[in-house]
Amino acid sequence: MQLLILTIVLLALTGIGFSTGRRRALAVVEGNPRLLHSLPNHHGYLVALWCGIPALLVVVGWLAFEPSLLHALVISALPPELTEMSDERLSLVYNEVRNVALNGQTAGSDAVAEAARHYLSLRQTLFGATAVVALVLAVAGLAWARARINRDLRARNRVEQIVTIFLVMASTVAIFTTIGIVLSLLFESLRFFHFVPVTEFLFGTAWSPQMAIRADQVGSSGAFGAVPLFAGTMLIAGIALLVAVPLGLLSAIYMSEYALPRFRSVVKPMLEILAGIPTVVYGFFAALTVAPFIRDLGTSLGLTVASESALAAGLVMGIMIIPFVSSLSDDVISAVPQSLREGAYGLGATKSETIKQVVIPAALPGIVGGVLLAASRAIGETMIVVMAAGLAANLTANPLEAVTTVTTQIVTLLVGDQEFDSPKTLAAFALGLALFTITLALNAVALHIVNKYREKYD
Amino acid sequence: MNSPVTVHLPLGTAKVAARSLSVHYGEKHALQSVDLEIRAGEVTALIGPSGCGKSTFLRCINRMNDMVDGARVSGSLTLDGSDIYDRSLDVVQLRARVGMVFQKPNPFPKSIYDNIAYGPRIHGLARNQDELDEIVMTSLERAGLLAEVKDRLTESGTGLSGGQQQRLCIARAIAVGPEVILMDEPCSALDPIATAKVEELIDDLRDNYTIVIVTHSMQQAARVSQRTAFFHLGKLIEVGDTEQIFTNPQQPLTQGYITGRFG
Repeated sequence: MQLLILTIVLLALTGIGFSTGRRRALAVVEGNPRLLHSLPNHHGYLVALWCGIPALLVVVGWLAFEPSLLHALVISALPPELTEMSDERLSLVYNEVRNVALNGQTAGSDAVAEAARHYLSLRQTLFGATAVVALVLAVAGLAWARARINRDLRARNRVEQIVTIFLVMASTVAIFTTIGIVLSLLFESLRFFHFVPVTEFLFGTAWSPQMAIRADQVGSSGAFGAVPLFAGTMLIAGIALLVAVPLGLLSAIYMSEYALPRFRSVVKPMLEILAGIPTVVYGFFAALTVAPFIRDLGTSLGLTVASESALAAGLVMGIMIIPFVSSLSDDVISAVPQSLREGAYGLGATKSETIKQVVIPAALPGIVGGVLLAASRAIGETMIVVMAAGLAANLTANPLEAVTTVTTQIVTLLVGDQEFDSPKTLAAFALGLALFTITLALNAVALHIVNKYREKYD
Repeated sequence: MNSPVTVHLPLGTAKVAARSLSVHYGEKHALQSVDLEIRAGEVTALIGPSGCGKSTFLRCINRMNDMVDGARVSGSLTLDGSDIYDRSLDVVQLRARVGMVFQKPNPFPKSIYDNIAYGPRIHGLARNQDELDEIVMTSLERAGLLAEVKDRLTESGTGLSGGQQQRLCIARAIAVGPEVILMDEPCSALDPIATAKVEELIDDLRDNYTIVIVTHSMQQAARVSQRTAFFHLGKLIEVGDTEQIFTNPQQPLTQGYITGRFG
C-alpha cells in the first residue's frame, strides 16, 4: 500500500517534470520553438526521464534487497541463546518472527515477540529511508534537468539514446532467458552424467528409469538408454509431417491460387481454428476415436494393432499442425509477385505449370519455414502422445505399436515424489538438453538448405 | 470530343486486326470500339496518356485480360485472320505465338539458362539437351545478351542489372519462337543507357517479328516504330506512319499530345 502510494507520487512527479520541462523550454526561447535545437516535447521527456528513472531504480533496488537486509539485521539483533542454534533452526525461528510480525500469529516466546517488533520497526525505517531517497532524487533530478535547459541542449538526441537503451534491454531479455535455460539444462545434465555415462544415455537401447527407493530393493539400477525415446519421437513426428505437409501445402495452393475470394474468406479462418483447439482435446479425439478405429480396422485386416499406437497419435498430431503449414504457405504463396505469374502465363504456361514451376519454387523458403514450425510443434507435442501412444518405450519402426516420446518421458519423470538428485529426475534434464540440441541442429540444417536453394525474386 | 478515325489498310498485310473491339472492366468502358490493324514485320507503337486503353489493347492480343476479374471483351480481334477470342482457340497456343515483355523486368528466380529454357521446355520445342542449348544460345544472341552472360548461365537471372534483366525477358520471349512480341512499356524501369540497348534490340528484332510496343515516351515511339497509334480515353484517335503522326498529325488531340500540351 505504502509502495503503491510512493510509486504513484513518483509517477506524478515524472508527469510534472514533463510539463515543466516543456514549459521551461518554451520560456527559454520566449515561445518560439524554432529557436530550440529540439522540440519542446523532447525537453519535457528528458526532464521526466531524469526525474523518474533514478528514483524508480532506488525503489526497485529496495524491493530486491529488502528481504535479505531485514533477515541479516533481525538475526544479528536476536538474543545469543537463539543465534547459537543450527542454521535450520535459525531459519525456522526467523520464519516464526515473520509470521508473528506480518500475519498476527501469537509469539511462542518473548524473544520472538521482541524480534517481531524489531522486524516491523526496521521495515518501516528502511521503507521510509527509501521513500525519502527516492523523492529527493526525483526532485533533484527534475530541478537539475530543468535548470540545464537552454536553446542548444540536444534533448532529442539524449531522449533517443535512452530509448535505444530501453530497446536493447528489452531485446536482451529473451537472449538471457535462453542462456539461462541452456545453462540450467547443462548443469543438471552434468549431474545426471555422474550417475549414467553419456555413451549409455545416447546409445543405449533400453529405457527403464526405475530407481530403487531403498538401496537393497530389487532392480535398484534402471536403464537410461534414450534411443527408443528419440526413435519414438521421430516416428510420431514423421507420421504427423506425412499427414500435415501434403494436406497443408495442397490446401494452401488451392486457397491462394484457385479458391474464390468468398470461399477463401470463410474456409481459411475455419482451418486456422484447428490451431486453437487445445491439445488435450486432440488427445481425447486420438485416444477415444482414432486409436480404436485404427485398431478395429487393423484387426479386420488381420493385423495386430496395439490399442495405443504411434499411428493414432501421429495422424491426429498431423491434423493438428495442418494450419501451421497451410496458413504460412498460403501467405508466402500469395506474396509471390503477380508479375512472375504473368511472366509465365505470357510464355504460354498453363496455370498448373505456373504454380508448380514458378510460384512454388519462389515461395519455397517460406514453405520450408512453415514446415519447420510444424515439425518443432510435432516434436515438442506431449499431450496427444500421452493419451494416444502410451508410455511404453519400445524401440520399433512399426507405427502400429505403442511408442513413447522424449517430451512424454520428461513429464512422467518429473511427475512423482522422487528426490531432485536421483538419476530418475535428473534424466529429464538430460533428455531436455538432447532434444534442444536436436531441434537446434534441425533448424540450422533447414536454414542452410533454404539459403542454398532459395530463389530470390527481388 | 473527336470521333475515332479508322484507318483501313490494304487487306493481307495485317498480322493482328481489331474490329469494333471493346473492353469493359466491370462498369468501366476501358476500350471503346477500336479498329486497328498491326502490320507484319513492323514495330507499332501505342501512345497516349495514362488510362487511355493502350495497355488494355495490348493485353487483348495475348488474352492476358482473361485473368482480370470482371473483364469483358466484345467485337473481333484476329491473328492471321483467326479469331483470338474464339472458344475453340487454346490460350496456351496463342501465347506461344504472341510473346510478351512486361513493364518491370520479371525474370523467374531461376538460373539465366533456365529462364530462357522455360518456354521451350513447357512447349516441348527441344527434343534433346543439345537442341535446348541451341535455342538458349540463339535467343541470348538475338537479345544481344550472350556476350555479357555466357560465362554465368547457371547464376540467377535476378542477379543481373535491370537492363540485362529486361533483355533476358526479351530473350525468354524469343525462345518460344513467337510471331508477335508485345512490349508493355519495356523501358520505363530502365536507365537511359539500358533503354538505348533495348531500343536497338527492338530495331534488330523487327525483321523477324511483329512488334507492338506501349510507351509513354514519344521520343521512344519516334525512334523505334514504323507506325504509331494514339489512344485517348479508351478510343483510338489516330493511327498512321510514325513520321506522319509526329510531323503532321491529322487530329487536334494528337497534335496536342505530341506537342506536350496535355497527357
